[in-house]
Amino acid sequence: MAQSILIDTSKCMGCRACQVACKQWNQLPADSTEFTGSYENPPRVSPLTWMRVTFQEKETDNGVKWYFGNQRCMHCTDAACEIVCPVGAIYHTDTGAVDIDFNKCIGCNYCAANCPFKVISFDRKTDLPTKCTFCYDRVSNGYKPACAAACPTGAIDFGERRDLINRASQRVMHLQNHGSQQATLYGLDEVGGTGMMYILEDTPSQYNLPLAPEVPLQARLWSMLFKPLRIFVVLAMGLGLWTNYNKSRELKDAAKKNKETNPSDYKG
Amino acid sequence: MKLSRRQFLKVGGTAAAATTLYSFGFKPTAEGTTRGFRLHYSREITTICPFCGVGCGIICHVRDGQLINTEGDPDHPVNEGTLCSKGSSLFNMANVYDEDGNIIPNPNRVTQVLYRAPKASEWEVVDWDWALETVAKRIKKTRDDHFIEVNSEGVTVNRNPAISWLGSAMCNNEENYLYHKTARALGLVNIDHCARL
Amino acid sequence: MNIGLNTAENHPVSMKWIQKAKDKGGKLICVDPRFTRTAALSDLYVPIRPGTNVAFLNGLINYALKNDLVHEEYLIHYTNASFLVSPEFDFEDGYFSGAATEDDGIGGEKNVYDKSSWSYQLNGDGEIVRDETLADPNSVYQLMKKHFSRYDLKSVSETTGCPLKTLEECAELFCDTGDPKKAGNVMYAMGITQFSHGAEAVRAIAILQSILGNMGRPGGGVNAQRGQSNVQGSTDMAMLYHIIPGYMPVPHEKSHPTLADYHATTPGGYWENRPKFFNSLLKAFWGEYATPDNDFCYDYLPKLDKERSHIASSKYTGEGEIKGMICWADNPAVGGPTAGRKRDYSRKLDWIISVDIFENETATFWKEPGVNPEEIDTEVFLLPAALHIERDGTISNSGRWIQWRYAAIEPPGDAKPDLWIVDRLFKAVRKEYETSGGAFPDPILKMNWDYGENASSAEVAQEINGKDLTTGNLITSFAQLQDDGSTSSGNWIYAGYYADPDEPACQKRIRETEGIGNHPDWAYAWPVNRRIIYNRCSADPQGNPWNPDLPLFAWNGIEWESLDVPDFNASLPPEESAKRPFIMTAEGVSRLFSNAMADGPFPEHYEPWESPLLNQFSGVQFNPCSTVWYPEDRGSAEENQFPIIATSYRLSEHYQTGMMTRNMPWLVEAMPSLFVEISPSLAQKVGVTNGEKVIVSSHRGEFEAPVCVTPRIKSFNAGGKTLEMVGIIWHWGFAGLSKGPVANDITPSFGDPNTTIPEYKAFLCNIRKVV
Repeated sequence: MAQSILIDTSKCMGCRACQVACKQWNQLPADSTEFTGSYENPPRVSPLTWMRVTFQEKETDNGVKWYFGNQRCMHCTDAACEIVCPVGAIYHTDTGAVDIDFNKCIGCNYCAANCPFKVISFDRKTDLPTKCTFCYDRVSNGYKPACAAACPTGAIDFGERRDLINRASQRVMHLQNHGSQQATLYGLDEVGGTGMMYILEDTPSQYNLPLAPEVPLQARLWSMLFKPLRIFVVLAMGLGLWTNYNKSRELKDAAKKNKETNPSDYKG
Repeated sequence: MKLSRRQFLKVGGTAAAATTLYSFGFKPTAEGTTRGFRLHYSREITTICPFCGVGCGIICHVRDGQLINTEGDPDHPVNEGTLCSKGSSLFNMANVYDEDGNIIPNPNRVTQVLYRAPKASEWEVVDWDWALETVAKRIKKTRDDHFIEVNSEGVTVNRNPAISWLGSAMCNNEENYLYHKTARALGLVNIDHCARL
Repeated sequence: MNIGLNTAENHPVSMKWIQKAKDKGGKLICVDPRFTRTAALSDLYVPIRPGTNVAFLNGLINYALKNDLVHEEYLIHYTNASFLVSPEFDFEDGYFSGAATEDDGIGGEKNVYDKSSWSYQLNGDGEIVRDETLADPNSVYQLMKKHFSRYDLKSVSETTGCPLKTLEECAELFCDTGDPKKAGNVMYAMGITQFSHGAEAVRAIAILQSILGNMGRPGGGVNAQRGQSNVQGSTDMAMLYHIIPGYMPVPHEKSHPTLADYHATTPGGYWENRPKFFNSLLKAFWGEYATPDNDFCYDYLPKLDKERSHIASSKYTGEGEIKGMICWADNPAVGGPTAGRKRDYSRKLDWIISVDIFENETATFWKEPGVNPEEIDTEVFLLPAALHIERDGTISNSGRWIQWRYAAIEPPGDAKPDLWIVDRLFKAVRKEYETSGGAFPDPILKMNWDYGENASSAEVAQEINGKDLTTGNLITSFAQLQDDGSTSSGNWIYAGYYADPDEPACQKRIRETEGIGNHPDWAYAWPVNRRIIYNRCSADPQGNPWNPDLPLFAWNGIEWESLDVPDFNASLPPEESAKRPFIMTAEGVSRLFSNAMADGPFPEHYEPWESPLLNQFSGVQFNPCSTVWYPEDRGSAEENQFPIIATSYRLSEHYQTGMMTRNMPWLVEAMPSLFVEISPSLAQKVGVTNGEKVIVSSHRGEFEAPVCVTPRIKSFNAGGKTLEMVGIIWHWGFAGLSKGPVANDITPSFGDPNTTIPEYKAFLCNIRKVV
């Protein structure tokens, strides 16, 4: 009875109703942003932004394409965050979403560091990881997730995973027969299947998605070797992980800066 | 909230106990991990979105007189629960979240009657009675000074060309109707608004 | 077809229904100078140079006529195609017959047409002569063929800069809706109207839709997407200088000195009932004082002398004629054309009263950076208003649905509902006149303003709805209105929306369970809850729906089976009602040829006021009927002057002058500042990269903004030149949470001769890198 979200990017118009509806429902204050040459903002997921719309442009033989992606927790079946969590605070809910139990979380940030999609962020104010919850509180009270409820064009669909896969397969076939030969369903098999699935008209990289996401090897090793002893290990490693986190942040910032200053990389 | 080192250890200990339970197969349930549903005990009031002309239905959730949530009205035939980014932000017009996630009134709202005297560089806070009386005197003076009853051809025109009036597409029909009545009673002819822009 | 409209960004929820149509096999054409978020979802993107809508649309009309793609039966019966026009009518080199140069009233000249040759031929009985074979050279059909033949797609391509192949694909796709079974829909917005030929572009759409038989049909029509939640309603309530509520002209000192003169200008068609609507309005305004003996207080209404549109009244402010301004939730200091001049002129006002929810730039012009407030003597009153969720009342959407909004919360502090404010304001002025007299106080003292301590929306709604004054009952339809003073109605088209105070129609919330999406029991659509206007045209003259799979009206041999309120006399047999399917026109049919326009009975392409190209369709460069308010404002396209086309537009995440959205943190986060968009080729020329700052200038001013370099903006190859374009986003100003320059400082105060809507969408600029 796993429930999933299917985003049909061929129906997305980049209006960002979902991005704001997510903030509205989850009571997230606005971040301070600046215009850097792209419609895209905020520039990354953060404790204040659990999901965001990405914009990428591409010149093709048939004119310009403007691709609207949607970046947030993928709710992986084979969830690296869940595997590495030393205290079992990350778990799959009865509806198939990946959620974090803040009563258990010790704020070690290992989940964020190991996420293959880089969509878990760490809130330094509370020392807790944050991410999309699939609006677990709404869903368990009979409401659709805020993003799916808001989406005007029906690009965001929420429902039983197998129904969504059936619909998505037909849609992908339709798109392939109507000029988008590259159309695919992303998330069907990736990392054991993801709760967030995407119908893409082009390669995953056009939507800021990794081509072949994997649970990092060190995460698997960590899980196999150390899980039985995880509590002790995490206490010992606490300090080390902090360093790791800061380093990955620096790398990300550097990469972003590089992107912004590269004039050939249009991001509208 | 910052956890102190001491608290960190304490939380870690509780977490360890829970992990043990989980290992034995006690999977946490939805009810166990989510806060109380935030729309409980709230009143639903329907409105229409104030932005573009599509006319989407929005539900305002109000608890104890405070707006706590706004979202698309699923019954409304125009939008069927959906909204755009502006409509989804409606809550922000009245309230915002501060850094700690608490609801506070939008700090930029004008909530007092403001007056700017000639040459002044700041607003002055005034009360409604003074403002209405003063404004009425200004309107009357400008009207009386420039009112034209009869034009050069002898036609009764009863117009006051010295005041301009901009009505509003942001206001209700009933309000615009009263604007029209007021403006014409004053003899105004410079009446316009953003419909022409 | 979306033209001059960016649905996905400015009316996103409309896209819901476009997507549903696409899911069923419908095709979306997006005509726009730049590749928008709507273009991203379209099946065909058609780029055209700003200011060439008329040339483009005329090209489609010509394509349909030339290739016989028109809906012939519709054309013959429901339009004036077969009507014969005076043989005197002519067109030569950009001018229609009757052209004459006249004084424009402000020291210049403009073309004003003598329209006597723009008339129908009449027979001895005064009836219009028709030729249903459409062969007569003076028939509207033949005149159209002749006029539009100049707009072959090759010429259109050269003017618009749109590749010929794309134009052909577009013409073929859209004109295919001339098939009687198919319906085509044209949606437009300010990208059609904000030009010096905007009204003629709307007419071109109406002509196209009429010849293809798309008017009055489910899924068809010309659909103006309103940019503001109640711009339909505020227009219905006549917040405009030239009309009074219900689209009746404001009395003019020349043509309407008396009530009898006013009624003598009553037009034909259903408008012949205008005296009933007008006298009932006067009864609503001046109640018991309005009697047949005093012409229902006709003289209490001010009479117009000259044009007093926004551009005009701004000029009069500069000249000192206007001394005070009352501004309700409007922000011309950011939204008006050549806005910097407007702010300068504000200094000349004795006082400004601004009613708003946030501090706007109009009320705070004295706080603008660089301005010395000590030099400004204007008194400003900023009255705090309530949000729409803090007050109740109705608004009308693009589909004319009048919907009730309920107050959800209390306004904070001293903020008050606008209804409260206008009520108190009127009473305060009345009190001044009661106590100390003054210039002709009667219209104020005798105004029907019997709202007690606090006016309520429900009470005002009943006054607008209208009453039978002999019984005191609310009326249910404007058909009940009389011209003898026995009825009152504040706005005849709203009759019925609040006829039952216990269960007003505008508060209805019953969705239809089956049907075509008209939802007749959800809210109330004016007029008379009709959802699709001109709906007689949905069926053929015999009463059979053109598309049997999507019927709106069907004659079953005895009566009509219908899903809507008829826009025709349903008691007549179908062949009779088919003679007057457009009841509001005097002819009873759609006007392919019309004498109602200032600038021509057929749309003709003129270049924008500022253009880098010479007009390729005639020797007349720009619309000769427009008033040139500021001749000195016009920039030159020479290389070292202003060689680049500029066009302005909005974003999904912000709203109009940004007064509301720039104070909403989630939206500021998503779009934090003003920017301009340019092509990679222009960026290279100017030497800027994505995100760097440029100065955009016109002959009227300049501003600084970061640049978005994007392949979504492309240069146009038109008139043998490569023309670059700057796309300008204009939501910013110097007040509020998110501040920025006022982009409208560079737009021209030059407008359409019919509407005076300024030409925000096509003018000339230059850009340079900020060093």
